[in-house]
Formats: sequence, structure tokens, C-alpha cells
Amino acid sequence: MIEVKGLVKNYGSTRAVDGVSFTVRRGEILGFLGPNGAGKSTTMKLITGYLRPDAGTAVVNGHDVTRDSLAVRRNLGYLAESAPAYPEMTVGEFLDFIAAMRGYRTPAAKAERIGHVVGLCHLQAVLGQTIETLSKGYKQRVGFAQALLHDPPVLVLDEPTDGLDPNQKNEVRAIIRQLAAAKAVILSTHILEEVDAICNRVIIISRGRVVVDETPEALHARQPGARLDEIFRTLTRGDL
Amino acid sequence: MSQIPPLFQREFLGYFRTPVAYVFLAVFLLASVGLAFFVSQFFKAGNASLEGYFVWHTWLFVFFAPAAGMRLWAEERRSGTLELLFTLPVTPLEAVLAKFLAAWAFLAAGILLSFPLALTAAWLGDPDWGIIAASYCGSILMAGAYLAVCSLMSALTRNQVVGFVLGLFVNLVLVFLGWSVFNGVLAAVFPQAVADLLANFSHTSHFDAFTKGIVDPKDVMFFVSLGGLCLFLNVLALER
Ligand SMILES: Nc1ncnc2c1ncn2[C@@H]1O[C@H](COP(=O)(O)OP(=O)(O)O)[C@@H](O)[C@H]1O
Ligand SMILES: [Mg+2]
Repeated sequence: MIEVKGLVKNYGSTRAVDGVSFTVRRGEILGFLGPNGAGKSTTMKLITGYLRPDAGTAVVNGHDVTRDSLAVRRNLGYLAESAPAYPEMTVGEFLDFIAAMRGYRTPAAKAERIGHVVGLCHLQAVLGQTIETLSKGYKQRVGFAQALLHDPPVLVLDEPTDGLDPNQKNEVRAIIRQLAAAKAVILSTHILEEVDAICNRVIIISRGRVVVDETPEALHARQPGARLDEIFRTLTRGDL
Repeated sequence: MSQIPPLFQREFLGYFRTPVAYVFLAVFLLASVGLAFFVSQFFKAGNASLEGYFVWHTWLFVFFAPAAGMRLWAEERRSGTLELLFTLPVTPLEAVLAKFLAAWAFLAAGILLSFPLALTAAWLGDPDWGIIAASYCGSILMAGAYLAVCSLMSALTRNQVVGFVLGLFVNLVLVFLGWSVFNGVLAAVFPQAVADLLANFSHTSHFDAFTKGIVDPKDVMFFVSLGGLCLFLNVLALER
């Protein structure tokens, strides 16, 4: 469902993403790991069509992002790092806006979709509250609701559990797991336990390149008995 | 273009979600009507016309257009919502037009709020409604050109204040070029033909005729092309 082919992105003279390739199929939850600055967010922005690649491309649900980025965006839900949203809008107003932008224009169609994601992300209690007054956990869930509103076949989530407390982390993971069967999901993280918690595939990138692409079990098998962070450290030593 | 209505609505209502809109409209009304009353001597002038109100608009918009336009793009960049916006299925052109139209409608509302002044003139005397209609149209058209400049300047920065100052500066230059005092200075430095040519690129020279009830296609074309050029550059400035 997601096919990433040789993506390259330069910021001035620094190469943030250097020939990244992988595929994600339906039902897979791909954990995108790497130290800070490895190029995770940039790769995700390239897949969503927000940034234009300098080389390579990504194909999402059959649509090539360099040729038809609008079609890619219709097939994709994206939660950006730190879940940006318009702070002065209430949660209800914000979701109503997203629904309209996603093509739900009649009150009934909007209400149906908004009701669905509000239930899924447990937002009933804060619908009338402005986003700037929300706690970090609720803000993240609003970002989730926004990404899920049009029930996209592909989800791209940039550090979805970052900054949440352990209970909130578990809740977010439960939502992702619940959705994943019918979707292709990429989620980036630098929390290694997350891989064991929800992912069924792992990619580790380091300095813009893929250094590992395998199952969590295979990753553990590399150094039997070693903790995941030790394996991670060995693989990404080049970044230090 | 089907994405323009929801974006327009979000942006226009956005002014009223903070006190900014009310402060803006109150100050604009006070300043524009105040100048008409106390400097132009609306009552003492002895003729039932709104010339004393419109004559200040080229100067007023230098401040008020950047105030209305500074946040259009700078705020999206600063808060990260630009990434949210452009991972929704919307083209840069649609987004630029929707935001511009919302800000323009807001400025136009500020201008039209002075309409009781026209009714007062009608009550006191017998104003020429053709001239009043032409003046309102000219003023709103000119406000659009000022605002397009400010929208472009806002897209160049992630800081609203920088956007405000840039918008103010460029519009001030465009006013000065046609201001008789400054044009005299220009004529002393350059040949008269050059000074006249420069004066053509000014808000002032193209607005005067409107306040006399003359709608010259050349003046309309000036504001439309200045606005169109700025919005085109605005789209380019959002390239990522
Ligand atoms: N807008 C930008 N301008 C310049 N450099 C950037 C920009 N965004 C990211 N970078 C650089 O690109 C590299 C990869 O960043 P990023 O994709 O955000 O990494 P990650 O998400 O894995 O932490 C880093 O070295 C970062 O400094
Ligand atoms: Mg990141």
C-alpha cells in the first residue's frame, strides 16, 4: 500500500534523507526508528506530499506522490510531530473544518464522521473547549481524530505517543492496534519498547539511510539476550 | 476550487474568535470617521459628500491592511499548521485565494461599516450617490491590492511582526510614489518622464479618480494586476 522508492531530500547542503526505500502492506504496523535527526520526520513529510523529494518517489495506494499529490493526500491520514492544530478553534469547530476539507459537506455526513472519531478518540468531554486550553494528551488525540476522520487506508503518524504519560501511551497504542487490521500504518518513535508493544515490522534509519528492515523478532535475534536499546546503539553508532 | 468555501469560512470566522477583530474594527472606524469629522471637517465643509472620508484611505490602509493580513501565512508557519493544511487535499492556489478573500471580506466589512456616514450626508443634504458608490467600490478594490501585498509579505516569514512591517513598508512605498509632495522630490532628481512613470505605480494616483466618481478601466486594471501578481508570487512563496 505504501511503496517508498529511493527518496532523497536535501536541506541546503545537508542531506536529510539519502535513498530510503521500503514497502508497507495492509495490516502492517511499521515502526520507524532512529536517533533524533536521523530523517524520520522528513521521510514522512515526503510520503505525505508535504515536501517535494529531490529524487525518488512514494506510491500510496497506487498514487505517485510526485505526480498526483492530491490523490495521495486523500488516501492518507497524517499526524505531524506535536500534532499542530488551530489553537483558537474549539475541538468541535476544528473537526467540523477538517470534515468539510475532507469532502463531507452535508451536516448529516459531517456529524456521522465526527461522531465516529470523537467516540474512537474519547473527545466527548472537550468538544466545546478551545484547542489551546487542552492538555498534551487531549491535543494528541485531536490530532488523531483529524487524521482518522476520512477513514484513510494509509496512516502516517510522527511520534504519536511523544510526551504522553504511560496511561495515555497505552490508550493511543490501543487505538492504533484497533485500526491497523484494515490499514497500512507507519509510526515513528524513538521509544524502543513501542516496537515490541505494537509494531509487526521495524525499520531503523540512521543519517538518512535504512540500516535495518525486518520483524521485531529478527531484530531481537541479532544479539540474543541483549536489550533492544543495546542493539539499537550498535546499529546507529554512526550517528554519535 | 471546491475547497475554497470551508477555508474561507475558517479564516473569516477566525478573526472573530479572538478580540483582534473587534479591536481592529473599532479602531479602524474611529480613525477613518474621526479623520473625516475632525480633520476634513465633515460638517463644516458645507457639501454633502464623503470625499473627506475617502481621502484618507490610501494612508489608513498602509496600517490597517498589514494588521489584517500579517497573520495569514506567518501564523500558519509558526504554529506548524501549514503542515496540517498542506496535507489536506488543497492546492496552494486554493489556499491563497481562500485566505485572501477572507481577509478582504473582513477589510471590506470595516469599510462598509462607515455607511451611516453616507446616510448622514443624505439627511443633511443631497449627495451624489454615483460618486459615493464609485468611492466605496474603489476603496474596497484598493484595499484588495494592499492586502495582496501583505499576504505575500506574510508568506515570506514565520513572524507576524516581520510580516506587518514588510507589508507596511511596501505599501508605504506604493503610496509615496504617487504623493504629490514626494513626486516633486522625484521630479527634481529624475527627468519628469521618469517621475511620472513611477507615479503610475502608486495606489494614490489610481484611487483619486474613484473619489470623483470616475471609474477608469486603467485604474481598475492597476489594482487587479497588482493584486494578481502578489497572489501569484504568494503561491510561489509557499513552494516547499
Ligand atoms: N526545515 C529544515 N531545514 C533545515 N534542516 C532541517 C529541516 N528539517 C530537518 N532538518 C534536518 O534534517 C535532518 C533530519 O531531520 P528530521 O527528519 O526532523 O529527523 P528526525 O525526525 O528523525 O528526528 C536533521 O539533521 C535536521 O536538522
Ligand atoms: Mg522527528
